[in-house]
Amino acid sequence: MATLVLAEHDNLHVKPSTLHTITAAMKLGQQVTVLIAGQNCTSVATEAAALKGVDEVLLADDAAYSHFLAENMAALIAKLSPSYSHILAPATSFGKNILPRAAGLSDCAQISDVLGIESLDTFIRPIYAGNAIATVRSADKIKFITVRSTAFESTASTGGSGMVKKIESAGNIGISTFVGAELSKSERPELTAARIVVSGGRGVGSGENFKTIIEPLADKLGAAVGASRAAVDAGYVPNDYQVGQTGKVVAPDLYIAVGISGAIQHLAGMKGSKTIVAINKDADAPIFAVADYGIVGDLFTIVPELIKNL
Amino acid sequence: MKILVTVKRVIDYNVKIRIKSDGSGVETQNVKMSMNPFDEIAVEEAIRLKEKGVATETVAVTFGVVQAQETLRTAMAMGIDRAIYVPVETEIQSLGVARALKKIVEKEKPDLIIMGKQAIDNDSSQTGPILAAMLGWPQGTFASKVEIISGKVHVTREIDGGLETLSLSLPALVTTDLRLNEPRYASLPNIMKAKKKPIETITPAELGIDLTPSLQTIKVGPPPSRKGGIKVADVATLVDKLKNEAKVI
Repeated sequence: MATLVLAEHDNLHVKPSTLHTITAAMKLGQQVTVLIAGQNCTSVATEAAALKGVDEVLLADDAAYSHFLAENMAALIAKLSPSYSHILAPATSFGKNILPRAAGLSDCAQISDVLGIESLDTFIRPIYAGNAIATVRSADKIKFITVRSTAFESTASTGGSGMVKKIESAGNIGISTFVGAELSKSERPELTAARIVVSGGRGVGSGENFKTIIEPLADKLGAAVGASRAAVDAGYVPNDYQVGQTGKVVAPDLYIAVGISGAIQHLAGMKGSKTIVAINKDADAPIFAVADYGIVGDLFTIVPELIKNL
Repeated sequence: MKILVTVKRVIDYNVKIRIKSDGSGVETQNVKMSMNPFDEIAVEEAIRLKEKGVATETVAVTFGVVQAQETLRTAMAMGIDRAIYVPVETEIQSLGVARALKKIVEKEKPDLIIMGKQAIDNDSSQTGPILAAMLGWPQGTFASKVEIISGKVHVTREIDGGLETLSLSLPALVTTDLRLNEPRYASLPNIMKAKKKPIETITPAELGIDLTPSLQTIKVGPPPSRKGGIKVADVATLVDKLKNEAKVI
């Protein structure tokens, strides 16, 4: 049997999450087919065909897929599904929206947020916000799997020699339409793909302080900006900055937590980082229990000093 | 408009979980249980739509052990009109629940289903889309805003990088994200009133549904532990460590 990977892309390029998902697909040891569904996205298919580990690319180019509506995307996947034993997607807001719907159309469950692949039917996944790790065996006829990007390396952008095959659209189901999007404009790297992340918590005190304290440090390091749920709840920054159980899971080389106490729910989103730095005035804050390097003190003096010393 | 919301009884948000020593799962005996926080948001949204005059009736559904009915009482104390309880003694998984919910939806005929985006025990985040697929209804997942505009439901969704708004035909299914609303606390008079609201019990057999899990848990263990590091005295030492020891900058 073969593995199908639902690629996340923006009709121009394959997103980094797809590269990690392909690595997970390669671990299954079967033929890897990548599905590119979008509009005017031939260049994405060409890019995907060159990725290491990709044997075949299916291209469904149709207006029905321009905004990746779950209803239309899932119908397409369900139509293709009988030819595959495994269907993978990144565990991003893209994959988490579309893949369970495709699973439902095939009367299968999804195995969510997979961290490891033990065999063709046995997988490792986090439960309770990553405070426990479960090994699960699926009896479903098709294994629908979302893949946590941080658990798999990204595949190389060259070395593949996949064939691009155009496929027919499954059409517009016509029960949902795209109205609009408000995307945060930022020159900084994307949170889940960044090599360095600087996050602020409630201790930062205000949205203004995020701009004058957290952002300059991030920009000095070429880092992405994150936040704790407390900072999001307090309205300092938008929700898509949120790192944690209910936000994004990140695992950069360097994670700098500024004014973050380290609630369980936040730790769940960043514990996988290679090196963690904590800056907090409370020496007993739980964040210090996971930090490689901690500084106890006032973030309003430490961060500017850090910027100067970098 | 009739709204159906689903609620799940889970280990309370603030409890630090304990893994059973035999690795079979997470200890739920003698642990504080509460309504899944995302389901509280679903309940709140349904109540607000009724208060605005958009909805005429709100119904909550749960699955689980006898005590799960307490979660239904909480939903009704917040303002839900009535409840349906499906007794299940074994482990409850998304696919079985979605199949059973489909039967309940066929009977109740709601116009809108509001569910939490995920339950904080299994973190699977899939029951909503699976159910929407089975019903052939549109879905608005990870909602931060829900509006009924001329017979359609407009859902603003939290996506990576920002927000997206979709227009869905009714009937539709919505799953809630954190910023949709701030759930209310039930007042004492409403808690008393909720005791008199009806809970209908429907067994899986009556629904003709097999709730046997398709996903078998082989073992549950702790995550890889992370050793705490050191506290450094000043910024200069920190920069030195990051450059020369961790080699990350």
